[in-house]
Amino acid sequence: MIRTDRLAVGIGGHDILRGIDLALPPGRITGLVGESGSGKSMAALAIMGLLPQGMAAEGRVELDGQNLLELPERELCRIRGKRIGMIFQEPMTALNPLMTIGDQVAEVLRIHQGLDRKTAQERARDRLDRVGLAAPRFPLTLYPHELSGGQRQRVAIALAIALRPDLLIADEPTTALDVTTQARILDLLKGLVRDEGMALLLITHDLAVVAGIADHVAVMQRGTIVEEGPTEQVFRQRRHAYTRALFAASTHQPRLVLPPAQPRPLLQVEGAVREYPLPRRGLAAPREILRAVDGVGFRLDAGESVGLVGESGCGKSTLTRAILGLDPLQGGRILLDGQEVRAGRAMAAELRARMQVVFQDPFGSFDPRWRVERLVAEPFHLTGLPRDWREQVAEALYEVGITGDAMRRHIHEFSGGQRQRIAIARALIIKPRLIVLDEAVSALDVRVRAQVLDLLARLRGSHGLAYLFISHDLSVVRQITDRVLVMEKGRIVEAGPTHQVLGQPQHPYTQSLLEATPRIPAAWQAHIPVNGLALSPPAP
Amino acid sequence: MLRYVIRRLISLGLSLLLASALIFSVVELVPGDPASFMLGTGAQPETVAALRQQMGLDLPLPLRYLHWLGGVLAGDLGHSFTYKTPVAGMILDRMQVSLPLALMALALAVLIALPIGMFAAARRGRAGDTGVMAATQVGIALPNFWFAMLLVLLFAVKLRWLPAGGFPGWDHPAAALKSLLLPAVALALPQAAILARVLRSALVETLGQDYIRTARAKGLSAGQALSRHALRNALIPVLTIMGMQFSFLLAGAIIIENVFYLPGLGRLIFQAITQRDLIVVQGAVLVLVAAVILVTFLVDLSYALVDPRLRR
Amino acid sequence: MRASLILGALLSGLALAAALVSFLWTPADVTQLAIAQKLLPPSGQHWLGTDHFGRDMLSMIMVGARTSIAVALVAVGIGMGFGVPLGLLAAARGGWIDEVVMRGNDLVFAFPSLVIAILITAALGPSALNAIIAIGIFNIPVFARVTRGGALPIWTLDYIRAAQVAGKGASRISIQHILPNIANLLIVQGTIQFSLGILAEAGLSYVGLGAQPPTPSWGRMLAEAQTMVALAPHVAVIPGLAIVVTVLGLNLLGDGLRDALDPRLRGSP
Repeated sequence: MIRTDRLAVGIGGHDILRGIDLALPPGRITGLVGESGSGKSMAALAIMGLLPQGMAAEGRVELDGQNLLELPERELCRIRGKRIGMIFQEPMTALNPLMTIGDQVAEVLRIHQGLDRKTAQERARDRLDRVGLAAPRFPLTLYPHELSGGQRQRVAIALAIALRPDLLIADEPTTALDVTTQARILDLLKGLVRDEGMALLLITHDLAVVAGIADHVAVMQRGTIVEEGPTEQVFRQRRHAYTRALFAASTHQPRLVLPPAQPRPLLQVEGAVREYPLPRRGLAAPREILRAVDGVGFRLDAGESVGLVGESGCGKSTLTRAILGLDPLQGGRILLDGQEVRAGRAMAAELRARMQVVFQDPFGSFDPRWRVERLVAEPFHLTGLPRDWREQVAEALYEVGITGDAMRRHIHEFSGGQRQRIAIARALIIKPRLIVLDEAVSALDVRVRAQVLDLLARLRGSHGLAYLFISHDLSVVRQITDRVLVMEKGRIVEAGPTHQVLGQPQHPYTQSLLEATPRIPAAWQAHIPVNGLALSPPAP
Repeated sequence: MLRYVIRRLISLGLSLLLASALIFSVVELVPGDPASFMLGTGAQPETVAALRQQMGLDLPLPLRYLHWLGGVLAGDLGHSFTYKTPVAGMILDRMQVSLPLALMALALAVLIALPIGMFAAARRGRAGDTGVMAATQVGIALPNFWFAMLLVLLFAVKLRWLPAGGFPGWDHPAAALKSLLLPAVALALPQAAILARVLRSALVETLGQDYIRTARAKGLSAGQALSRHALRNALIPVLTIMGMQFSFLLAGAIIIENVFYLPGLGRLIFQAITQRDLIVVQGAVLVLVAAVILVTFLVDLSYALVDPRLRR
Repeated sequence: MRASLILGALLSGLALAAALVSFLWTPADVTQLAIAQKLLPPSGQHWLGTDHFGRDMLSMIMVGARTSIAVALVAVGIGMGFGVPLGLLAAARGGWIDEVVMRGNDLVFAFPSLVIAILITAALGPSALNAIIAIGIFNIPVFARVTRGGALPIWTLDYIRAAQVAGKGASRISIQHILPNIANLLIVQGTIQFSLGILAEAGLSYVGLGAQPPTPSWGRMLAEAQTMVALAPHVAVIPGLAIVVTVLGLNLLGDGLRDALDPRLRGSP
């Protein structure tokens, strides 16, 4: 059994982790949850002895009564991969692109057991079969680029468990994956723990994932574990204020301020088709065409909030680009206020000004060299810069809750949540009728996400805005939209009021999406009296 | 893979064609008539006209180019004005010095750069890295022909270990190699410094990749992760630079030959320039440029060998 | 690496100062020949000795710095002036325009500046202008590549999408967003090409394809010194050192600038 005892990590006299006590017995899944920067990944790297240069660990990491922190590097190499395995968040980059998957799995066996290539390859075959990459569909000679993200994560798991380690550390193993893939990978991990009797330390920011899989949970905040215990008990009791805050944010429902109904179509998409030529397979092969958007039609009324959900590759990003007038359609048309949306210069500035956008990445959304005032004022390009533009920028920033001397600062001086607020201010500045929210809260931590969702709900009421909310995350869509469209393989397979579609899904694809979405059991969500005050339970 | 090779082949053919057209037209645009130049100032206009017709100089430019290109493809680069011998043969003779020199220098550069780059990357941020990289900065700043003069001063004039110049011919292989050694070192050292820096930064970049972390989590030591995973991934930028270096080495060889009085392509070109023997200049430049384009092609092919993602 | 920035600025500043001061004052007149004083070793009167015509080496080096710096600087200007717009265009338009620009680049890359200089010299005769044109042409694809390489990843970022949603076209985006964000890259590449230009000019002048007499040039000083290496090593060593110091200074400056201008290493939230 592996345990840590008062594990601490510091850099230059500054503490990053303090007093981490974790027991990781065989056959148990321990969830380590916390927001970004809480130190959960650092704890994993400290256990592995792979801390970045300049960081030092103290305390004990015990394996068979031996303190790993005292072992020389040479000894640690014999333990890593053999006694402790680890997988990471980004399956796309976690494997060596120049090496076959067979060789990458076999390498573990060759290093630790000195097997010859052939025997190692045979064992690798066996391990790949175990993680669901069976021959003949997945020969050992495949290269990582020939596999999908989920399949690559399976290869990473195969090589981490190749030698049946005592402990597998999984650092956000499914965060980069679609929900259905996530569900299958989590199932695989669960099965491995059961069959091979190893311990699993699952690091995640997602309470719902932990609720579904972990036996035991530890909540981390600012480098310490603030609460731990059996999962159900921790979730039901929520003794620590931070656990309560995380929990509330995960199940948060913004108060919907419904604007008066306006059955006037604002955005109409009619039979939209968008195609890409694929690279030729062979020299003489005909050029294949990918239909990313295949006859999509829907309508969005003024003041309405509509969700567009689907997994990566379903065509929602392509459709979004067409709606924003960035790419041309090959068929059908898109109307905004009855006028046709066209790509590039063909679309009048006046029409463009009725629609703005907020993107996912709070870091890539702003030119790092511009000051905030210029960033927020950029859409004035469509309307002409008014004389009082600085006042208008200040007002928009005030509305999204950014005050002080923000105007003269650069974007790197703001946090992710603040940047997303500034992005909303930029979208508001020319008073559009429609804001396209492209995964706008996906990159944010739960508590910040809840605040931004509240802000969006409030602005919608006060400005009579319509939202097109594109997301892969059903729970977020549930929180903010009136109607929802479900997209699969370029088509809309189901549409209707959000509560109806997500309550009684009709289409099998919607059903599978919902089934795969991890959720905190409703029974655990009962309200807890705190200091005599009752926190209201989330709306059903 | 086949698709990739064919695409590269087409691009190779196009580059060669364009480059040859460019070289041909630059030389054609030179003021002065080769026919009257060949016959001297006192020649009769009729004789000049006859020679012009015989040389095909009265044809329009595109036709003359095709005519010339046909000859080049058949291995005929024309006749030298001054030596009255086929240019192709002259160039072939001189290549026996220039090509081995460039190849020797490239091999030396790689042999020097590889351990230095790996050493610095393995000790990145530490004193060893800083020291080695400071030395490469000085290496890059060395003009190779000056460095060659210093080498001559030390090894030929003071120590008398190696010849200061000249070339005995390949009939005496040992002596020939000996006389190419100093020029090769002079060419190689500045290039090795560049290559070592490129290798180091490519390695440092790959060492930050996720798959190196995976390799370490598998139980590979830092050194094993470097040699088994990082090195091959760092090879692509290094190959690119090596391909470009070959053209610098060829050009450098032309200059270095002047320091060591080597009868290579460089000497031939400079003699031809002073004698205004344009046919020789044209042929030699064509061979040089074709060699560079060919090396670029080979580098492109080697990418596909290194990286399976390009083999589609 | 503040040290490399400071040392680099000092060394390249030294070369620049030598060139500038030479316009106003040199220790001796470089057009004055004094055969009686030829090949004197460094002394109190001639700090760096004299050459085979008895000219003061220090003065020659100072005046030679002008040629080197002028040639390299103009060549960088040519490279940037043509290469940067080409690179921006290729990145912004993509498709066949990108293909044509990049293939054109590859083609020019096949002509090392020495080969271009040979061709021009063969056609027009030798002059310092040839060196400028040859090195300048070679710089064009370098800058086009760096520009395109820096611009392409920026084009995938969301702030470019936001600018497009704000109705801005490719050229406006290239100038307002792309260019300022790759300025660092271009400055660093500029110093590197500057130093390479000085090396190339020295090489071309050394083989007689660059600056012609009586224009003093470091490369030609070395060519003239070659036969006298054994007799008076200083006439060969000193011009070479001048080149090394200048090139080293510029390279260190480029490295230092790269670190100092890297936004990842600068400023904190």
